[in-house]
Amino acid sequence: MSQVKIRIRGLKKAFGPKIVLDGVDLDIAQGTGMVVIGGSGTGKSVLIKSVLGLVTPDAGVIEIDGEDVLKAPKQRAKELRAQIGMLFQNGALFDSLPVWENVTFGLLAQKRLKRAAAKDKAVEVLAQVGLDAAVANLSPSELSGGMQKRVALARAIASEPAIILFDEPTTGLDPIMGAVIDELIVDCVKRLGSTSISITHDMASAQRIGDNAAMLYQGKVHWTGPAPDLLTTTDPVVNQFTHGLAEGPIRMALRR
Amino acid sequence: MNKLLDVVALLGAAVLGLVAYIGELALFAASGVSHIFRPPFYPRLVGKAFMDIGFYSLPVVALTALFTGMVLALQSYTGFSRFGAESAIASVVVLSVTRELGPVLAGLMVSGRAGAAMAAELGTMRVTDQIDALSTLSTDPMKYLVAPRLLAGMIAMPLLVVLADILGVAGGYLVATKKLGFSSGVYLTSTFANLQVEDVVSGLIKAAVFGFIIALMGCFNGYRSKGGAQGVGTATTSAVVSASILILALDYALTQVLFIK
Repeated sequence: MSQVKIRIRGLKKAFGPKIVLDGVDLDIAQGTGMVVIGGSGTGKSVLIKSVLGLVTPDAGVIEIDGEDVLKAPKQRAKELRAQIGMLFQNGALFDSLPVWENVTFGLLAQKRLKRAAAKDKAVEVLAQVGLDAAVANLSPSELSGGMQKRVALARAIASEPAIILFDEPTTGLDPIMGAVIDELIVDCVKRLGSTSISITHDMASAQRIGDNAAMLYQGKVHWTGPAPDLLTTTDPVVNQFTHGLAEGPIRMALRR
Repeated sequence: MNKLLDVVALLGAAVLGLVAYIGELALFAASGVSHIFRPPFYPRLVGKAFMDIGFYSLPVVALTALFTGMVLALQSYTGFSRFGAESAIASVVVLSVTRELGPVLAGLMVSGRAGAAMAAELGTMRVTDQIDALSTLSTDPMKYLVAPRLLAGMIAMPLLVVLADILGVAGGYLVATKKLGFSSGVYLTSTFANLQVEDVVSGLIKAAVFGFIIALMGCFNGYRSKGGAQGVGTATTSAVVSASILILALDYALTQVLFIK
């Protein structure tokens, strides 16, 4: 295995009496894509929000390049997390800003770009996700769902982050647009040499964007392996989930 | 006995909830204020918030002040004419408007307009992950969203109240001279003879505090809203109700502090 970029150990998080993460262990190798699957409410979003610092875990370790971001001083943790790009489930584009400002928002905030040059940079990044320069001046509300996803992807990759997190990137898109977004994700991640974590319920998407996969179940990583094995594994929990079977161990556990 | 314990438990939970709410609000306010003084600064956002709170509230504040001044002149005349004190109307109108009605009514109107809009905007940003997105793009949401609004509220409200004062007095003047038969010169002389700088300044101090409260409650309720469209609606209502109550309560407290015998 190549060098580990993100190492997660014993990650725990509870909201009141509800234990969401109960000791998650996960390694993501440099330059690879990890797909995280699991039922609704199994803590997938909490996991990536913990990596981003949007949720504070109750216990555990999250290392980026060997440095624990949870124990690092505030400024250092901020620097470590500055190398993370994020594509939110619904795009989370800023309604009040035009597309070009959305795309270059992070670069302007980090003062890596002058405002005068921002529009040209935005047009350049928009081209990488297959969008025309004319889109740059539009407001996010004037775009279709697929175009909004592309703009959100452009925003996530604009600062060429070493780590990119994708929260259900194909949710709400038709299968063809979903495949197009997956293709763009693979292209961008490979071109930047980034490490990625993707959350998805879409098995076709998981196969396309993941090198490896992990399944969260009952607060822990239940299964890990190469992404292509998701559909062929004999593990009954993974098998029930990936094939969308109504009967199986997941439903039995819910009934208990 | 069990029922009594249940009541005590409910009361205890309510008190704890209130204390937690006040603590959370105080920390939010302290964080917002501290970001006003720490770079990076966002003058463009302060300007935009100033337009939203101040400029776009001009019509509603102007009309409220004008009609209030007019009503005040009429009502004062009804009362004062019964014991021959009609000449005091000008003083009553100008002092009531500058010290009390201008800031309070402007505060309530701006709370209903701009405070609600702030809560709705931030609430929508919260439930659509836009606030989280700011954090992932090296931007502190408190600095980017809250601090500019707090600052703009504190600047815009006193300016609105200056306008409200002028229009409130003008409303009283119109009714007094056009309807009640007062001489224009006598009414204006009486107005300015009894007006002191402290009267205007105390109203402007109140206005700045109310501007802060409106922005604080709008941002606070919007920022922590959850649960989709319903949550945003609840946040908006809470922003207006809490700001209005705080304006009225603080109005008394500030009047007491700024009271001149």
